[in-house]
Amino acid sequence: MSNGILVFIEHRQGAINKVSYEAVAAAQELGAGTGQEVTAVVLGADATFANEVTGFKLAGVLSAENPKLADYTPDAYADAFEQVVKQRDPAFVIFPHTYLVRDFAPKLAARFGKGLVSDCIRMKAEGGGVVFTRRLFQGKMDADVTARGEGTVFATFQSGAYRGDQAERGEGAQVESVQVEVGEVRMQPEAPFQEVKAAVDLTKTEIIVAIGRGIKSQENIALAQKLAELLGGDIAASRPICDAGWLPIDRQIGSSGQTVAPKLYIALGISGAIQHLVGMKNAGTIVAVNKDPEAPIFDIADYGIVGDLFEVVPTLTEEIQKLKG
Amino acid sequence: MKIVVLMKQVPNKDAVLRVRGDGKWVEEGDLSFEVNESDGYALEEALRLKEKKGGGEVVVVTLGPQRAKSVIKDALARGADRAVHVVTEEFGQAGPFAAAKVLAEAVRGESPDLVLAGLQSDDHGYGQTGVIAAELLGLPHATIVIEVDWSGEQLRVKRELESGWYQWYTMQTPALLTIQSGISQIRYATLKGIMAAKKKEIREVQPAVAPGESEFQTVERVYLPLKQKQTQFLGDGDAKKGAAQLAEKLRNEARVI
Repeated sequence: MSNGILVFIEHRQGAINKVSYEAVAAAQELGAGTGQEVTAVVLGADATFANEVTGFKLAGVLSAENPKLADYTPDAYADAFEQVVKQRDPAFVIFPHTYLVRDFAPKLAARFGKGLVSDCIRMKAEGGGVVFTRRLFQGKMDADVTARGEGTVFATFQSGAYRGDQAERGEGAQVESVQVEVGEVRMQPEAPFQEVKAAVDLTKTEIIVAIGRGIKSQENIALAQKLAELLGGDIAASRPICDAGWLPIDRQIGSSGQTVAPKLYIALGISGAIQHLVGMKNAGTIVAVNKDPEAPIFDIADYGIVGDLFEVVPTLTEEIQKLKG
Repeated sequence: MKIVVLMKQVPNKDAVLRVRGDGKWVEEGDLSFEVNESDGYALEEALRLKEKKGGGEVVVVTLGPQRAKSVIKDALARGADRAVHVVTEEFGQAGPFAAAKVLAEAVRGESPDLVLAGLQSDDHGYGQTGVIAAELLGLPHATIVIEVDWSGEQLRVKRELESGWYQWYTMQTPALLTIQSGISQIRYATLKGIMAAKKKEIREVQPAVAPGESEFQTVERVYLPLKQKQTQFLGDGDAKKGAAQLAEKLRNEARVI
């Protein structure tokens, strides 16, 4: 019977992606709840990155190696990981829900006749079974999901669902290197690059006024801009605004943009899709203005106003002006 | 050159969702539906590739109940050449593997040169159906694609990585790509297009496998998210009053301004 837990450690552009440590914390909790050991899995040309995770409390670190794993491709990663899963027959494989994992893990799971329980935000192990919770409808609903049937369960956890600094440290796990076979790789990657050096570094800003679809037109951005200036802050946006070209991409907050944690974050007309929330949920004080009382942004807001931002923002600007004298 | 586009119908983005009586899904009776956002961009990309190549065929494949016809008709009006509708009233909650399996069977007979899909659905948000379908069809894939260059013999795609990084891949074809939202401006259907669509073929087929048979994850319960923070709602429906209270609270309670 399938037994044990594997946790995938991701590295990219020459460094371990720290979200992997959150996956370690998730796997350790699952291990405690189901009485199973956790082994880390690192894919690469050699054991360089495997050697970096031996400090966690793990049964071991499995370094699956092949020269074709030097640069990430979904074909090579799926081939390599498939052999690891076949050899170990784990009960669970846990991944961080990153873009890289999204690219190859569904392919891997499909080879075992499965999908992933993807983008989970929490889980509960009870009575031998595990209930995973994931978000539906861009964060508007939660769903409790169980896996059924034989074999391995593949699950990914959303960034921020667990804390990397709470992954348990250990005595020094052993690295086991195994050579894996990789078949034909049908895509050739070129070197990753950044489009433009981000001209605006929003990670250092203390106050952010962010706009979403609710701003309705490019002309209306001036309204939010004025508020941001008054507060000595910066303007930012959710993805649709940058896609429309109303603000440059270096103003985008979220999984494909910047991740920020300012003292104050004012979200105007942003519904709060997961991809946006992961970029700003660690802000100190969060204000949300939205017409829809069910908008997910209110789940993480300290202050909320249900209403029209075109009524709220001018009054707010005026009142703050008064307070600032 | 033949391009297949996988398109799904999902509840309207602004829809107010209520949990269904059995607690396992949302009440669909009073919802309005629309095309899944990124699938719309996948179609647009297919149409542009066909135009650049100066010929070929764009075939829409949709899995869903009869109401999903509105997505198909709209795609035909925008310029798709024909459609295959895998009709089922029961696949609403299908997991990614089951949905991908049915779609892969519908695509297989088409032998396309390229398959495009949105990167994830706005309802379930699994983000896997395209990738699993590629595996089942034996095709190489690339996800979160924001630019497709097929001007030469080779297919080159630009992928979005995280935190502002990008990467180009050269792909063997046939291939499957999942397309990111917002990569182009989606065209409107013209009156001429709408008229022409009426003559285009929509072939109805039955799913090759029954829902549930090949799925391993079950939605046990759907509910409104537990609040992570105690939100203070201000103004009580009066936006201006709320704004005044907010200014005061930001100053004196949160002390952030």
